[in-house]
Amino acid sequence: MNLATFWFILIAVLWSGYFVLEGFDFGVGILLPFLGRDDTERRVLVNTIGPVWDGNEVWLLTAGGATFAAFPLWYASMFSGFYLALLLILVALIVRGVCFEFRSKVDNPRWRASWDRAIFAGSALPALLWGVAFANIVRGVPLNAQHVYTGNLLTLLNWYGLLGGLVTLGLFTLHGAIFLGLRTTGELRQRARHAAVAVALAAVPLAAIFLAVTQFSHGKPATDVTAAVAAVALIGGAAAAIRGREGWAFAGTALTLVLAVATLFGDLWPNVFPSSTSAAFSLTVNNASSAHYTLVVMSWVAIIFTPVVLAYQGWTYWVFRKRLTSSDIVPTGHTPPPVTGPEATEPVGGRS
Amino acid sequence: MSVLDLSRWQFGITTVYHFIFVPLTIGLSLVVACMQTAWMIKKDPVYLRMTKFFGKIFLINFAVGVVTGIVQEFQFGMNWSAYSEFVGNVFGAPLAMEALLAFFMESTFIGLWIFGWNRLSPRVHLATIWLAAIGTSMSAYFILAANSWMQHPVGYKVLPGTHKVVLTSIWALLTNSTALGAWPHVFFASLVVTGVVLVAVSAWHVARHNQLEVFRRAMRVGLALTLAAGIVTAVTGDIQARLMDSQQPMKMAAAEALYNTSDAASFSLFTIGSLNGSKELWSIRVPDLLSLIATLNPHGTVQGIDNVERAYAKKYGPGQYKPIIPVTYWSFRLMVGFGMLAALLAAIGLWLTRRRRIPRSRWFYRVALWGLVLPYLATTTGWIFTEMGRQPWTVFGLLTTAQSVSPGVTASSVIISLTVYTLLYAGLAAIAGWLTVRYVKEGAPEEAERPATEEPLPVFQY
Repeated sequence: MNLATFWFILIAVLWSGYFVLEGFDFGVGILLPFLGRDDTERRVLVNTIGPVWDGNEVWLLTAGGATFAAFPLWYASMFSGFYLALLLILVALIVRGVCFEFRSKVDNPRWRASWDRAIFAGSALPALLWGVAFANIVRGVPLNAQHVYTGNLLTLLNWYGLLGGLVTLGLFTLHGAIFLGLRTTGELRQRARHAAVAVALAAVPLAAIFLAVTQFSHGKPATDVTAAVAAVALIGGAAAAIRGREGWAFAGTALTLVLAVATLFGDLWPNVFPSSTSAAFSLTVNNASSAHYTLVVMSWVAIIFTPVVLAYQGWTYWVFRKRLTSSDIVPTGHTPPPVTGPEATEPVGGRS
Repeated sequence: MSVLDLSRWQFGITTVYHFIFVPLTIGLSLVVACMQTAWMIKKDPVYLRMTKFFGKIFLINFAVGVVTGIVQEFQFGMNWSAYSEFVGNVFGAPLAMEALLAFFMESTFIGLWIFGWNRLSPRVHLATIWLAAIGTSMSAYFILAANSWMQHPVGYKVLPGTHKVVLTSIWALLTNSTALGAWPHVFFASLVVTGVVLVAVSAWHVARHNQLEVFRRAMRVGLALTLAAGIVTAVTGDIQARLMDSQQPMKMAAAEALYNTSDAASFSLFTIGSLNGSKELWSIRVPDLLSLIATLNPHGTVQGIDNVERAYAKKYGPGQYKPIIPVTYWSFRLMVGFGMLAALLAAIGLWLTRRRRIPRSRWFYRVALWGLVLPYLATTTGWIFTEMGRQPWTVFGLLTTAQSVSPGVTASSVIISLTVYTLLYAGLAAIAGWLTVRYVKEGAPEEAERPATEEPLPVFQY
């Protein structure tokens, strides 16, 4: 295996991590208006992802940075080609990011309702568009001999792209519903479970159709296996969700997302950004990659620091493993238990 | 306007905007970490109140800094794909390292700090804010190393026969003299911003004799920080001037609008007239100062714009190699002027508040409040100077800005994105500013006696 292939795999790993982690963040954001009946419940929902969503989003930035460093041509061609689609994603991520911080700062129902709508839109739009983007990458987009994208935003909104978008939207929502089942108790947990079942009814067939279509037109024997296992994991995860086995259900959807990314990247290889205009204009692992020295440097950096990042991110999930309930939420306007010594047990700024 | 001009405006607007939030993130994370450390050591609840109060201001600011940072990483590919293709081998490395080494650390530990007050032991919790602060400063280093490579490319070679540069030494890139000069300058300028924010926020309360036990102390800390960091910023900026004179002589000449190579060049504080060298109606000049800044010798030779332009034309082929002189001339002066004024006012403020004095004059509080804009104007004009002064190059001597723009992106797309970013960012600024002001006016939370509960309530930020 040459280093360029190693980096291709590493970028697939980064996208898998991003989809598994921010996938449930998106799902929680999408389900927020449907599952939370009052402000306290909605705050429970937001707080299930509160400590981790920002760290999860860094997986995207790392995937972007890694693509820039390891495959400059891919980064240049794809990011400039998908200009307006990425603009929409960026706007959604910007709005969503500040929502979490701003929402709690003012105790006013209209203020909070506005931010809740923004969290929903800011989560649903990227959840849809990442699927549109990846389906189009696998399908191939019009690239000229200079690897410059010659289509526009509407080129991406073909039926296969939109199907891919609905699949990520469905899978992330399902993944988020199952995550909420794991992180809440009582009535919220029940509602999350029912939501998971309802979403699964739509998401599972859509995902199965998408994987089948993908394998039919772009498949290889190896990815037929990953696609089949992805489908089994998804059905198993949905079945576990129905039976209330949240841990297994979450493992199922997480594995589905990892294997779905593996399938799409496997189908792509050895291309990274295929041209639908002419196969000769496609960007491949070899013609898009950085020179050997850059890849060597970046490989050492990745080998040394990725385990460190995984360790402290994993530790974060361990620290915040406890289920949340409405009684954990400090009522608005109430100052939480005050302290005088360093054995403090209070959040920054307490209120809200 | 062409795609090039639109893309330049967009990069300028989004970057200047992003950097409004960055310095306070860098500085305040450290200051809050110090406050929390002081509380742990001295057990004085005033420090805990400071930690929480300024911690919340930090978080509002941090949120906007983070989300606008995402755009920065994406727009190299979106708007400057020719640049990305040309430099990706070199420039992508520090960006990817920033994400993996610094950004993960910063984001993860901020989350742990916000939500970890109940869940972590006090020492571990203190460690999380320090790790977040260190991550923030490391992040700045990688970004400045990437930017410094554009100002002064090192550790690379041009691949013959292709339109590409490749990295030959990551070590050379990370220890680029330009980056080693830029990081302390940006870091201490960030502390000036932070000091001034502490002063402005605290002065508002001190003027009303609110919570003096918290805000008198915070104001003194802010004044001392502004003065001390201001002096170091000036010294590091001075070191950078000499690097600039040897690495980017055009930028040095453009900073003074010096057209002809001179020995013992003077430095003008102010000029009325046209800056194209044809006529100067009136100016205030300090003799020999420019030579002193650029070469450490009052009679040293400073190259003029016209002379450098001729030398560049010989080296890089016929073309126009000077930046927009009025922009470089004024942004340089304003950067220095605003920064020095902030430090000077801090020195006066320290004198007026000596030995627990609380100034009576309303002017003191007016200046303390409106002084807030000074370091922001200084950092903004500083970046405008350093980036506009590099023009017409994106990578000095290797690639021009005109060659960097995305070939496939249409003007209408950039008009859409430019409009969207400008409106969205204006909205964010208004909301974040309003929230901060509202929050500042509430004052620092009171710390009462702790009730003897067995298990403390887990409480949240959001």
